[in-house]
Amino acid sequence: MNLQIALLLGQDGIVNGAIYALLALALVLVFAVTRVIYIPQGEFVSYGALTLAAFQTGRTPGTLWFLLAAGAVVAAIDIVIAVRAGALGRIGRIVLWNLALPAIVAGLVFWLESDKLPLAIQVVLTLAIVVPLGPMVYRLAFQPVAEASVLVLLIVSVAVHTAMVGLGLLFFGAEGSRTPPFSEAQFQLGGLVVNGQTLWVLGASAVLIVALYVFFERTLYGKALRATAINRVGARLMGISSTMAGKLSFTLAAGIGAFSGILIAPITTIYYDTGFLIGLKGFVAGIIGGLASYPLAAAGAILVGLLESFSSFWASAFKEVIVFTLIIPVLLWRSLTSHHVEEEE
Amino acid sequence: MRQRLPLLVFLALLVLGPAILPEFYITLLNYIGLYAIVTLGLVLLTGVGGLMSFGQAAFVGLGAYTTAYLSTAHAVSPWLALLVGLAITAVVALFLGFLTLRLSGHYLPLGTIAWGISLYFLFGNLDFLGGHTGLTSIPVLGLFGYELNTGREFYYLIWAVLLAAVLATQSLLDSREGRAIRALKGGSLMAESMGVNTARSKTVIFLIAALFACVSGWLYAHLQRFVNPTPFGLHIGIEYLFMAVVGGVVHVWGAIVGAGVITVLKQWLQDLLPRLLGQSGNFEAIVFGILMIFVLQRMRDGIWPLLLRLVPVKAARRREIAQAEPLPQRQLPAIGTLLLEVKGASKHFGGLIANNNMDLTVKAGEVMALIGPNGAGKSTMFNCISGVDPVTSGEVRFLGERVDHLRSREIARRGMGRTFQHVRLLPTMSVLENVALGAHLRGSKGVLAASLHLERAEEARLLAEARRQLERVGLGDCLFDEAGSLPLGQQRVLEIARALCVDPCLLLLDEPAAGLRYMEKQALADLLRKLRGEGMGILLVEHDMDFVMGLADRVVVMEFGEKISEGLPEEVQRDPVVLEAYLGGVE
Amino acid sequence: MAAPILEVKDLSVSYGKVEAVHHVNLQVEAGKIVTVIGPNGAGKTTMLSAIMGLLASKGEIRFQGEVQRDIEVEYLVSKGMTLVPEKRELFGEMSVEDNLLLGAFQRYRAGDRGQGETMEQVFKTFPRLKERRAQLAGTLSGGERQMLAVGRALMAKPKLLMLDEPSLGLAPLIVREIFHIIADLKQTGVAILLVEQNARAALQIADYGYVLETGVIALEGESRALADDPRIVETYLGLGGNKQ
Repeated sequence: MNLQIALLLGQDGIVNGAIYALLALALVLVFAVTRVIYIPQGEFVSYGALTLAAFQTGRTPGTLWFLLAAGAVVAAIDIVIAVRAGALGRIGRIVLWNLALPAIVAGLVFWLESDKLPLAIQVVLTLAIVVPLGPMVYRLAFQPVAEASVLVLLIVSVAVHTAMVGLGLLFFGAEGSRTPPFSEAQFQLGGLVVNGQTLWVLGASAVLIVALYVFFERTLYGKALRATAINRVGARLMGISSTMAGKLSFTLAAGIGAFSGILIAPITTIYYDTGFLIGLKGFVAGIIGGLASYPLAAAGAILVGLLESFSSFWASAFKEVIVFTLIIPVLLWRSLTSHHVEEEE
Repeated sequence: MRQRLPLLVFLALLVLGPAILPEFYITLLNYIGLYAIVTLGLVLLTGVGGLMSFGQAAFVGLGAYTTAYLSTAHAVSPWLALLVGLAITAVVALFLGFLTLRLSGHYLPLGTIAWGISLYFLFGNLDFLGGHTGLTSIPVLGLFGYELNTGREFYYLIWAVLLAAVLATQSLLDSREGRAIRALKGGSLMAESMGVNTARSKTVIFLIAALFACVSGWLYAHLQRFVNPTPFGLHIGIEYLFMAVVGGVVHVWGAIVGAGVITVLKQWLQDLLPRLLGQSGNFEAIVFGILMIFVLQRMRDGIWPLLLRLVPVKAARRREIAQAEPLPQRQLPAIGTLLLEVKGASKHFGGLIANNNMDLTVKAGEVMALIGPNGAGKSTMFNCISGVDPVTSGEVRFLGERVDHLRSREIARRGMGRTFQHVRLLPTMSVLENVALGAHLRGSKGVLAASLHLERAEEARLLAEARRQLERVGLGDCLFDEAGSLPLGQQRVLEIARALCVDPCLLLLDEPAAGLRYMEKQALADLLRKLRGEGMGILLVEHDMDFVMGLADRVVVMEFGEKISEGLPEEVQRDPVVLEAYLGGVE
Repeated sequence: MAAPILEVKDLSVSYGKVEAVHHVNLQVEAGKIVTVIGPNGAGKTTMLSAIMGLLASKGEIRFQGEVQRDIEVEYLVSKGMTLVPEKRELFGEMSVEDNLLLGAFQRYRAGDRGQGETMEQVFKTFPRLKERRAQLAGTLSGGERQMLAVGRALMAKPKLLMLDEPSLGLAPLIVREIFHIIADLKQTGVAILLVEQNARAALQIADYGYVLETGVIALEGESRALADDPRIVETYLGLGGNKQ
């Protein structure tokens, strides 16, 4: 290996690491707020990438039908509950979010010729389809069991993952897709060729991370999410409902997941089940941060990315094995430094 | 006999199966059996123990690949290969357990996800294991000179292994070790205080679950006679978990039901869905995922309890407790011996000081009461003394020995029994078994003996002891009731019986009289007086002042984590400082 | 007489199969301090949790004349009921100022942007919180935590403020300060339901008092009369039972 190759691998590693970092942040966020270990995060990556790919080839993405169906189910359940509780005032909002907005998105998709649209509009449409799935999934799968133990939530999480992978296959088929890069530009940096897409990924990740930071530190809703993560009872007593916090965190996670998919789709071929492995690497990073520390998780993500790209050079067949074995020393370290007696809920 | 009837019918059908069923169903039943063996391990691990693993398919793979490789490449006997496979599995399981079991509950599942993926890719990429094509021409299994060539022959082996595993698991759960395992879910802290090494119990069930999976893999390899990585991937690991949940994750027999339902459903859906959707693929995953969410939201106990309701047989709740020789008892120290000495003990939680420089002694044959307003730090003091949450600084001596940095189970072993302010018992377990948990340290038979029920003599003595203590505290009439069905006051009394089962010389009682009626309080006071007369030392936290003042020999009053008064009950009651602490005052 | 802000009729609360509060009736009128006193384990906290919607209960709870069915905590907060819980439940890893801001979360949701003003008022009431506004809540002393908990509740501009053992674990001097502040809060017109073990302090500032003993209201009356009732001392220190 010479310096040239090392730099190239390093570049690859950091680009992937940036994506893992985004996913790790979302996982830490969801876990802190809802105690859900968010296995389906990876499916949002796949859905984001493949929905965009579908637009670019002029097909109607299956996720649109999913959005319409999930919205209809959520609306039906919530309207029944509202009618039973005599709270008819809620129905307007329910219809707006779960029926009207998906219908508008669907209308736009059919009205516009998606493959002729500029990339930016395609991206916006993709996010408009995939992101609302986050809170809908929360509403359907997690909200009814929100008070259950971490382990029950984890099984639900795995069940959601299983169903969403199956749906992904149904929507997009077994074929993989790769979208054209956001930018074809190439820059010469010393001995290193830097792709435009690399800069896009790094720039967008940095912007997203800063935006999340601002959201959590400067806005009341961001603080409310943190408050729920710190003290659920205290937050409820301030009128911050766990359901609202759950839906909000799932919305953010879905946004991060779908956007990560859009960013990574020009770099690797994405299949309906690729997201899962990508999401799990985010998990490895999250575990490095103890599922609690955002900076440690981000650093861990870069480490995972680098380890992955260098091991793909030396032992490409064992790339995944090496990456997932990384958590052994991490767990060992955590295990040796933790002394408390755990009392389960 | 009538209670055994459904089981006998089931066994008869099993035995007759191969004689009447066509090949297709035999194959299906073989797979159900193989999956049920793995699922049974998950029931023990997840349903009973509250732990979770997604890596069971990888353990199955370990068993299958070990025998496949050894019997093809080195012509090793399959039976020897089984032992090797079990040994490898045990090493891996112990290592994974060591890594994750001391951490919060969600690290084991995450760790096993990583392990499951790694092993899957490893199987697919190692040349000597045949890569993604796998290994073929695995030899036929021979048993007592017979060759198990066909599925029909293999059927009996699989189901015999499965039934043996079910019975062993049931026996294990109905034993001293089993009680410790059943306490893991929701009662770790309490179990530790009764002397249970919960980390060990967790490791044991993770190991058993892994070994079951390995055996299933070994059977699978010799049934199929070829292996490739596909059935050992993570998604299959997830499917095993689904089987356990659908069947009824806390029920041993639920494993068979779950394996059956999911296997049949999968067979049917794999046929139906591609035709329905017009394309091929694993679309049954969609149905399984949604089914799982539904089960967890609406019927978390799975199918097994529903089946039980169909069978017109009531489970036997009332059992005979054999007369058994009493357990040996500790020689209590002479009355007046210093049992407990707390010197300068402080406990800090972050910036909060819960106990500050506390001094306290308890002698054999006396009742020492610790009183004070809410939040004065009394229960914190209890936790410091019993090792549940050790002191930040200062000394705790028990029978002359420093114990302030021992674990609670080690302190229990030295003869300290305690109850908890917020009752800690296993609500669905019987009163008798809850109390028998207190006698954990007075038995010694291990997991293997329990699985084979070779420890019945010892178990009878433990249960007899539990019954004796329950009769002593006045709960002799509800031995077989669910502990959670008792009124709160009785649950506190149950905790006293459990603490007495530890065979202590010092008893720590945290609000034992709360929730009791007048007559019950009198009975409790009489019991405590009797124990005191036998030489027991009793440290008591209580808010019912009539109870305390009529019983205690000495009283220590706490406020803001410090001792503000100490003396005879009458003295303390007249102390203006105490009056001020309780009733307060603004001026 | 004005309609009571809070009216509780025949309230019973169970934990699992065990009933902890039995058929309690009480009411709180606007601008009044009502106290519920009683020894440890009498069910005071359980009762408050049920009123706040944290625990399921049987019976009728009327808040501002409206019967509450299927009550949700968040809804009650938005309607002007707040609870300062026994354990304070602060956001330890957030600053004092953020804790206070979150107290006004429901107001913010409803479009009210007057938090800055309310915060100034809270700082006027608790000058110590102003000094520590940038400090993390977890680093405060016990008394300051209680002040922050009360201040955070006041940020919601409540109509009914429920305090669960504000004196718990505090030194007498601090207790005195907190109780003076509670007495002063009455002037702002907020109704206060004060649950206390510290009977004398509570009765001194309250208008009306109830004594809760093992889940049942054992005594009630004007607080001045109640303060002199010898039965209270018995409830607490059990002198009655010892005299025989």
